[in-house]
Amino acid sequence: MTGHLLAASVIPARSQMGATLGFHIVFACFGIAMPAVVLIAHWRGLRRGDAVSLLLARRWSKVMAVLFAVGAVSGVVLSYELGLLFPKLMGIYGPAFGIPFSVEAIWFFVEAIFTAIYLYGWKHLQPWLHWWTGVPLVISGILGACSVVAANSWMNQPSGFTLDDGKITHVDPWAVIFNKATPYEVPHMILAAYMVTGFTIAGVYAVGLLRGRRDRYHRLGFLYSFATAAVCAPVQVVFGDFVARAVEQQQPQKFAAMELVARTHTGVTEWIGGVYWDGRVYFGLGIPDLDSLFTGYSPHAKVTGWDAVPASLRAPLPDLIHLSFDLMVGLGMLLLLLSAWQAWFAWFRRRLLMTRWFLIPAAAAGLAAVIAMEAGWIVTEVGRQPWVVYGYLRTSDAVTPSAGVPVTLALVLVLYALLTAAAVGVPWLMGRRWRREDPGGEREPAAGPPPEMASAQEQG
Amino acid sequence: MTATVTPSWETITTGAALVAAMAAYALFAGADFGGGIWGLLAGSSARGRRARDAIDTSVTPVWEGNQVWIVLGLVLLWTGFPDAFAAIFTALFVPLAASLLGLVLRGAGFAFRHEAAHPAGKRLTGALFACSSLLAPFFLGAAVGAVATGQVPVHPDGLDNAAWTTPTALVTGALFVAACAFIGAVYLVGDASRREHDDLVTYFGHRAVASGLAAGVLAAASLALLHGSSPYLFRRLTGVALPLVIVSALAAAAAVTLIWLRRRRLLRVLGALSVAAVVAAWGVAQYPWLFPTSLGLAGASAPAGSQTAEIVVIGMAAVLVVPSFAWLYWLQQHGRLEHDSASAQLRRAARAEDRPAAPVAAVRTPRLLVGVIATAAVIRVIQERRRPRSNVQR
Repeated sequence: MTGHLLAASVIPARSQMGATLGFHIVFACFGIAMPAVVLIAHWRGLRRGDAVSLLLARRWSKVMAVLFAVGAVSGVVLSYELGLLFPKLMGIYGPAFGIPFSVEAIWFFVEAIFTAIYLYGWKHLQPWLHWWTGVPLVISGILGACSVVAANSWMNQPSGFTLDDGKITHVDPWAVIFNKATPYEVPHMILAAYMVTGFTIAGVYAVGLLRGRRDRYHRLGFLYSFATAAVCAPVQVVFGDFVARAVEQQQPQKFAAMELVARTHTGVTEWIGGVYWDGRVYFGLGIPDLDSLFTGYSPHAKVTGWDAVPASLRAPLPDLIHLSFDLMVGLGMLLLLLSAWQAWFAWFRRRLLMTRWFLIPAAAAGLAAVIAMEAGWIVTEVGRQPWVVYGYLRTSDAVTPSAGVPVTLALVLVLYALLTAAAVGVPWLMGRRWRREDPGGEREPAAGPPPEMASAQEQG
Repeated sequence: MTATVTPSWETITTGAALVAAMAAYALFAGADFGGGIWGLLAGSSARGRRARDAIDTSVTPVWEGNQVWIVLGLVLLWTGFPDAFAAIFTALFVPLAASLLGLVLRGAGFAFRHEAAHPAGKRLTGALFACSSLLAPFFLGAAVGAVATGQVPVHPDGLDNAAWTTPTALVTGALFVAACAFIGAVYLVGDASRREHDDLVTYFGHRAVASGLAAGVLAAASLALLHGSSPYLFRRLTGVALPLVIVSALAAAAAVTLIWLRRRRLLRVLGALSVAAVVAAWGVAQYPWLFPTSLGLAGASAPAGSQTAEIVVIGMAAVLVVPSFAWLYWLQQHGRLEHDSASAQLRRAARAEDRPAAPVAAVRTPRLLVGVIATAAVIRVIQERRRPRSNVQR
């Protein structure tokens, strides 16, 4: 097969895989993290006999179930696609690569079962027993994320197998799952999932608050979700620093592209923004020696550049990788600032900051978190190229020989447009129905009948 | 090729678990597909409302869990028998993509179902759900038929549409649809009888008998076709796997008789047994081949380490999934799971609680102090962490 033909197949196949992953990961975030947000509200509702929190938990559980269903479908599409688009990856490396996915199937199963029990159990289960049926969702969400991200980190740092004459002859499942990239990729993604989920839900309630629905329902809805994400933001920033250094050790080519280091040298400049062209970086803010300081704790530390390997083994599109990396870090810092702002105010004033100047960026925080996460995945996935299994199998050698890929790419894009419509549209319809049910909720409460707390709690 | 090599016990265990996952998919998700088919055939919205409501109540809480059996089957095939997985997904792309489309439409239909406000929207989502209930089992059946007749090449070059359009494969697809309709109707008779809806017991009873007979005819036809298209499978089905075939036929006949007699006890067990036995018979008949007479279990097997990992996964399924799944069904059968919205009472209580934000409290010094100390501690920790490393020259 000629190089030209290969390229013709690789690009649509890669785009399709990238598009699928890019969509799926957003839905997956909600599967991982939303149960925790729902359970926090539910716990407060039961513990304090708080009807507003119970109502929030009850309504969120429905949104969670819809997003879980959409995520389940897109996850199945993804696993079909791995076989369709990269038959060599599955055929040769399936015995190793498949193991974390098998473990994930178990957690997915547990999550599906308990999502049903939790969603349909509101009426007839004992209140606290019902709360506990949500706990397996939190656990299986986290462990499921561990398994799937372990599969991705295995592609970045393959280990635990013996390759003999193009066939895997021996597998050590433990070493496959706990490869060298697992310890940093897994927590980084789980934290990202909690930030995406928390900031997105908070964004919805921030819009409601901005539109003048300043009732307790909206304040608490904002508080639970924003707090969950805000706790994760500083941990994520500190952890991200550790991740970048680990990438520099394990995949110097990816790191060189992330930081636009063309040649190996000491005293490397840290570029914020900027594009690389013919040996120079344009339009960027360069801070001398900072990159060396970050990676080696010394301004004179040496950093490997992409000139260390032949051009065919370098990561493509270094500008894309570098700008995605900067975008992720920049948005992460902004989200940290936003969280710190609210935390400072809430800590010292003992109430929530609800000014316009805070709520407008808070409304955009969900989108920012999603963009940051997507940018992070671009860095990981594009930065791993030209390899699909780092150091072992090139993407161009793994891709399917069949010619129909552009057709399936179009089909997949249509399918995901539908799924996105479902994921956004169904909760939107629900929200509209809830507002219709509760016309009084938007205004200041009139002097109504005394709250029927005891019975409300039973109903919850 | 490699059929003379006896597969290791790990390989046999994974293979058996694969067949078991497919049987579970047929028993649980198959019944949901059956419900969808009966919803499709229930007539106009006014006439079919009662039947559709009964189907909806029975299927809604469990369908998501039921669907996961196929994912379990997929990962077992993928990790345990990667060559077979790659071959099946390359050659049988068309039926597998069609079945996937069925699964996706079904999921989307379910997600929108309870939110579609207009009757037209409700009809559309209902129609999506019903059509996908036909698509998914038919194409999965055709794919299974292609594998069972040994039509899937071990190293396919691309799509192989001839493999799944043989008469045997198409009849197998139709058999899957009929079997789903049968098992779905049998479960619905059980549910209707539990809820004491006598008219629905009769309604679904007639449908169970009709689809049971259709499934029997199609099964006989498929067996007859196998005589020509896959002599190996035919020999095994009429030889070593014959007891299972007979058990399946007897259980189906007994289930139909019970419906006739309007007895509820053991009805669902017998219906399930008839489907499970036929899947098991197929599994036994295939042994020791994965693709009869071209790819053996032993030859297609992943290395021992992967099979051990799959056995651990099967163990996890037995410990974590089976009890949770049983509990889900216990709750559903005891009427504890119900689709329902927040009560008006809860909404009223929530509104009554809606008081203005708490008054501003004075800043308390201890908080400031704690904050300063915590910040100092964090700075200290970061310094400690960086100090020893900074001496290392790179």
